[in-house]
Amino acid sequence: MKKNCAIIAGAWEHPARHAPDKSTAQLHAECARGALQDAGLTIRDVDGYFCAGDAPGMGASSVADYIGLSPRFIDSTDTGGSSYLLHVHHAALAIAAGKCDVALITLAGRPRSEGATVAKPRSADPAVPEFAFERPYAPTIANSYGMVAARHMHEYGTTSEQLAWIKVAASHHAQHNPNAMLREVVSVEDVLNSPLISDPLHRLDCCVVSDGGGAIVVTRPEIARSLGRPMVAVIGAGEALKGPSGGHVDLTYSAARASGRDAFAEAGIAPSDVQYASIYDSFTITALVQLEDLGFCEKGSGGHFVADGNLIAGHGRLPFNTDGGGLCNNHPANRGGMTKIIEAVRQLRGQAHRAVQVPNCTLALVQGIGGALGARHGSATLILERQ
Amino acid sequence: MILTTPYQARDFEAPPVTPETAPYWEAAARGQLLLKCCEACGAVHHYPRSLCPRCGSDRTSWKTSSGRGEVYAVSVTRRGTPVPYAMAYVRLEDGVTLMSNIVDCDLDAIRIGDLVEAVFVAAPGGRQPVPMFRPLASGDRRHD
Repeated sequence: MKKNCAIIAGAWEHPARHAPDKSTAQLHAECARGALQDAGLTIRDVDGYFCAGDAPGMGASSVADYIGLSPRFIDSTDTGGSSYLLHVHHAALAIAAGKCDVALITLAGRPRSEGATVAKPRSADPAVPEFAFERPYAPTIANSYGMVAARHMHEYGTTSEQLAWIKVAASHHAQHNPNAMLREVVSVEDVLNSPLISDPLHRLDCCVVSDGGGAIVVTRPEIARSLGRPMVAVIGAGEALKGPSGGHVDLTYSAARASGRDAFAEAGIAPSDVQYASIYDSFTITALVQLEDLGFCEKGSGGHFVADGNLIAGHGRLPFNTDGGGLCNNHPANRGGMTKIIEAVRQLRGQAHRAVQVPNCTLALVQGIGGALGARHGSATLILERQ
Repeated sequence: MILTTPYQARDFEAPPVTPETAPYWEAAARGQLLLKCCEACGAVHHYPRSLCPRCGSDRTSWKTSSGRGEVYAVSVTRRGTPVPYAMAYVRLEDGVTLMSNIVDCDLDAIRIGDLVEAVFVAAPGGRQPVPMFRPLASGDRRHD
């Protein structure tokens, strides 16, 4: 990827957290309109379209048609909640290659209205090769991440109190977000006193279930400048997959190790340079493992790193998820990547809530995981710079 | 008061059997756990594939596992389920790790490192047994 070839010129998060009266396609279109208005563009300017499995229909075809798009570059790569970070990476490559000028990425869904929960066994297709060897044991999202947390505690002595600090930090940020689902500041004790969902994860270790969505517009620098938009450049990106590898299971690390390495190398920066980090937080353990894998702290020391408010803006060393994250603000379509990108863009534009805005924020990292951390997942890392 | 969560049988869908995996399920019905072994590179893998996921060779054959291993990771799922159950990864003596459930014990007492052995469990009213694991003997634990 050529550096500084792609600018995030539009970003918009749907304010809805419960949308029983809207269709999923309608939410996609509302998000598209919001991000394009933010960029000063319209659907007629879009020539690249990106969406993932939350978009109903075959790939991008139905939602592109609903919105009214005629893209010349199309990508419906699906790695669960990290898809939208991969889409930013792919959009930057397509723009650099001259394949499109204005790339639109949308996410939307309504799991809250449809009654989905993280504890429900994942729907699966019997043609999926692992189906017969896993489905009888009732894998869920919660017990997949629960096993990762249990192994982390066993290997490194990580505690439930340390994991709880991740939720506490998110809640400190969410109190300033009027759209957040959970705005009440919680304590470590509140997390530990909430019911166990799947050991060792408590209810407050889990993210919210919300309807809604978001969208991003990526374009080339000369177009972004002509629109008078803040220049938030994609300067590094990486992506990776990890799975049980034919029975050679190691739950101590995630695919973020590989995607982060590539993104940092491309950007030419180190973790200590990062001023703000959006870290996917389906569960508290998700954020902890990724922080280690990205090199913000040594493997195994994540518990110490996150404790005592180290992730709280204005207080700790690494402000994270200043919108409240998936743990408190929003987790539309059970996918966290889009809202992670949007909050990083707000920080780099200086448009985060003043109580959580990182002063002179010019360098941010966005990290996403999609799928099951304890089984198959896709990771992507973006490094964004305000220019 | 000692809190315990006794194992309870749980309904589950029978696994679909294909020509590629039929020997595995036929062995499970006889009370044996089979693993796939690559004749080209020697790697053992699970779940079973026709092509070795380590080297890509199509010269793979079945071997019988001892069915013994240790708990690599465990999470007792307590909410959103009709009965609680212990989701686990078990690391077999053969060197591969497989997803399974720990059964026939107090689920609250299961610890990582506990030694376990395979038992073959069919869903209530079901016909196809699948390998699950029970503690080998009370208190046996490998500390690594």
